[in-house]
Amino acid sequence: MSDTAADPRLLRAPPKRGIRLSWADERFRSIIWQILVVGVVVGIVWWLVRNTAHNLEVRRIATGWGFLSREAGLPVAESLIPYSPTDTYARALMVGVLNTLKIAVVGVVVATILGTMVGIARLSKNWLLSRIAAAYIEVVRDLPLLLQLLFWYAILQGLPAPRQALHPVEGVFLSNRGLKLPWIQWQDAHSFALLGLILGIVGAVFYARSARAKQMADGQPRKVWPVAAGLVLGLPVLIWAGLGAPWQGDIPALRGFNFQGGLTITPEYFALLIGLVMYTAAFIAEIVRAGILSVAKGQWEAAEALGLQRGRILRMIVLPQALRVIVPPMTSQYLNLTKNSSLAVAIGYQDIVSISNTTLNQTGQAIEGIAIIMVVYLTISLSISLFMNWYNARIALVER
Amino acid sequence: MAEITAEATAPRPAQDAELGHRRPPLLAVGPLAWAKANLFSSWISTAVTLALGYLLVRWTMGFIDWAFINAIWSVPVTPQGAQTQACRALGGTGACWAVVTEKHRFILFGTYPYEEHWRPAICVLLFIGLYIVSAMRRFWRPALALIWLATLAVIGVLMWGGMLGLSYVPQERWGGLVITLILATFGIALAFPLSILVALGRRSSMPAIKTLCVLYVELIRGVPLISLLFMASVMFPLFLPEGMNIDKLLRAQIAIILFAAAYLAEVVRAGLQALPRGQYEAADALGLTYWQKTGFIILPQALRLVIPPLVNTFIGFFKDTSLVLIIGIFDLLTAGKTAIVEPAWQGFGIEIYVTVGLIYFVFCFAMSRYSQGLEAELNRHRVR
Repeated sequence: MSDTAADPRLLRAPPKRGIRLSWADERFRSIIWQILVVGVVVGIVWWLVRNTAHNLEVRRIATGWGFLSREAGLPVAESLIPYSPTDTYARALMVGVLNTLKIAVVGVVVATILGTMVGIARLSKNWLLSRIAAAYIEVVRDLPLLLQLLFWYAILQGLPAPRQALHPVEGVFLSNRGLKLPWIQWQDAHSFALLGLILGIVGAVFYARSARAKQMADGQPRKVWPVAAGLVLGLPVLIWAGLGAPWQGDIPALRGFNFQGGLTITPEYFALLIGLVMYTAAFIAEIVRAGILSVAKGQWEAAEALGLQRGRILRMIVLPQALRVIVPPMTSQYLNLTKNSSLAVAIGYQDIVSISNTTLNQTGQAIEGIAIIMVVYLTISLSISLFMNWYNARIALVER
Repeated sequence: MAEITAEATAPRPAQDAELGHRRPPLLAVGPLAWAKANLFSSWISTAVTLALGYLLVRWTMGFIDWAFINAIWSVPVTPQGAQTQACRALGGTGACWAVVTEKHRFILFGTYPYEEHWRPAICVLLFIGLYIVSAMRRFWRPALALIWLATLAVIGVLMWGGMLGLSYVPQERWGGLVITLILATFGIALAFPLSILVALGRRSSMPAIKTLCVLYVELIRGVPLISLLFMASVMFPLFLPEGMNIDKLLRAQIAIILFAAAYLAEVVRAGLQALPRGQYEAADALGLTYWQKTGFIILPQALRLVIPPLVNTFIGFFKDTSLVLIIGIFDLLTAGKTAIVEPAWQGFGIEIYVTVGLIYFVFCFAMSRYSQGLEAELNRHRVR
C-alpha cells in the first residue's frame, strides 16, 4: 500500500472522461439501473392513482377538504378546548390533535421519571430491589401493549361505582368513572402567574449564563441559586398576590349518581396513561441502565480523587457522559410512545386516530382521513426528532 | 522497633493449628453473609428490603387467594347459556377461570369448524417446530429456506383444505392463535429479504435509489402501524382496479410486511455500517462484482453482527400483530376480547387477558432468552 501511495502517477487525479455507452462502464450501468427502478416505482404509483381516481368516480366520492367546514355532529367526551357536536369537523380534528398531544406529553414526562427510577433500581446493590426491577422489565416488555391497555381498562371498569368509590385521601375518589382530584377554580390571576413562572425560568436561565460568562472572565464563582429561586418562585407569587391572591378550592363531591367539581381523569385516559407509561418505562429503564454502565469506573474514582462531592460527580462527570449513550435511543422511545398513543382507539379515548376514523366513516373521505392521521404523526415525529437531535448535538463529545 | 518486627513475624504455632479447624465467622461466607452484603448492607438497604419484602409477600398472598384459593374453575352450562351467578357472587375476590375453561377452544382457534380443530392445532405445532429449527445454529444454511417453504406450504394446505380429503375452510373462519402466528411468521419471512434490499439501497451510491429508500423508511417509521392498517383496510380497495379484490387478512399482512421491512432495514443498515471499510475495499480489490461482494463478503458478516437486535425486532413484531384487533381481524387477542362479549361472560376481562397474556409471554420470553444466549455466544470470542 505504501509503495503505491508513493507513486506520483497515483497522486494525480484520475483523468476525467465521458460516460461510455457500454455495459462495462459502471456509471452507465448505474444510470440505467436508476432509470429502471424509478420508472417502475413511478409506474406503480401512476397505476394506483389512476385506479383510485376511477374508483372514487364510480363510488361518487368527491375528494377535497370541503368536509372540514361541515358540522361534525360527533360527540367528544373530553376536550382541552370548548367543543360541542355542532362544531365543524376541523374543530373536532383539532380536539383530537390536542388529546394526542395531551397523552404524549404527559406520558413522555412520567415515563422518563419512572423509567429512570427503575433503571437505577435495576443497578441497585440491594438484590431484592434489583430483581423486582428486572422482573418488571422482562414481564412488561414481553406482553403486547394493546393487551396491557385492554387489561388496565378492564381493571378500571371493574372498580366500584361512584357511590362506593375508593377514597384513600380527602378529596380523591377512584371509581369506574375515573379518578377525581381536588383542583383550584382557574382564574385570570392564575394564568398571569403561570406566565410569570415561564418568564422567571427564562430570566433565571439568562442570569445563570451571564454569571458563568463572568466567572469565565475573572475566575470568581458567583452564587446563582438565590437570584434564580427569586425569579422562578418569587415572580409568579408576586403577580398572584398583586392580583388579589384569589384562591378557591374545587373539591369533588358526590351528588346523586356522579361527582361534581374537581379535576377529572377519565378511565380511558387513565388506562392509556398507565399502559403507555408502564410499557415505555421498561424500555427507558434498560436504556438508562446501559447509559450508566457505559461510564467507566475510573471516572468516578478520578473525580473522587479530585475531591468532588458525590452529587457533583454525578452531575458534572458521570451524567454528561452517560447522556451521550442515553439520548439517541431515548429519542426513539419518545417517538414510540407518541405513535403507540394511537392505540387509544381500542379503549375509546378520542385521540386524532379515533376522531379521524369516525370522520372518515361518517363522510366516506377515506383518503383525507388517513392523510390527516399521517401528517399529524409525521409532524410530531419530526418535531421530536429535530428537538432531540439539537439536544444530542449540544451534549455530544466535542472533539478537536 | 526490632522487637516489634520480631514479634510480628514470629511463628504462632498454637494459633495456626487452631485456624485450620476454626470455621470462618458466620457473617463472612455463606447465605447469611450474602444476605448482609446484598440485602442489609446499610440502614437504607435494610429499609428497602423490609418494605419490598412486606409488599411482595402481601401481593403474592393476595394473588394466590384470587387466582387459586377463591377461584372457580368451571360453571354449569345449561341450554340457556352458562350459569355464571357463582362467579358474579365472588365480587372480584376470586378469579373466574370458568370463562377460560369454557372458551379456550374459541380463543385458540376462533370460529374454525369445531371438529376440524386438529388442523390449526397441528399448524401451531408446525410453526413452533419451525421456530425451534430456525433457532438452531446447526441449521443455518441455505436449506433452511427450503424447510420454511415446505412447512409454510403444508400449513397452507392444512388450513384451507379442499384437497387430500380435507374439507375446505374459507379464510373468514380462521382465527385465534394460528392467525397471530401466520401474521408474525409470514410478516417476518417476507419483510426480511425486502429489508435487506432497502438497507443496501439506502447505502447505495446511486442517488435516485438512495432517495427512494430513505423516503420509504422514514415515511413508514414516522407513522403508527395503526394508520397503515387503516390504510390497508379502508384505502387499499380504492387502489385496485374495479372487480379485483384481496381479502382483509392478506391486506393486513401486506401492511405488516411493509411496516416490518422499514424497521428491519434500519437494523440491517446498522450492521452494514458497523463492518470495517477494509472488508469492502478488500472485496473490491479482488475484483468481485457488487452482488458477489454483497452476497459472499458483506452480508454474512453484517447480518451476524445484528442478530441480537434482529431478534428483538422480531419480538416487537410478534407483539405488534395484536394491533389487527383494531381493524377486526380475528387474531389471538381479538378472539379473547370477543369471548367476553357474550352477556353471561361480560366483566371477566381480567381472567381472559391474563390467559392470553400468558400465551404471548411464553413466545416472547423464549425469543428474548434465546437472543440473550445468542448474544453471549456470538460475543464469546471478543471477551478475553
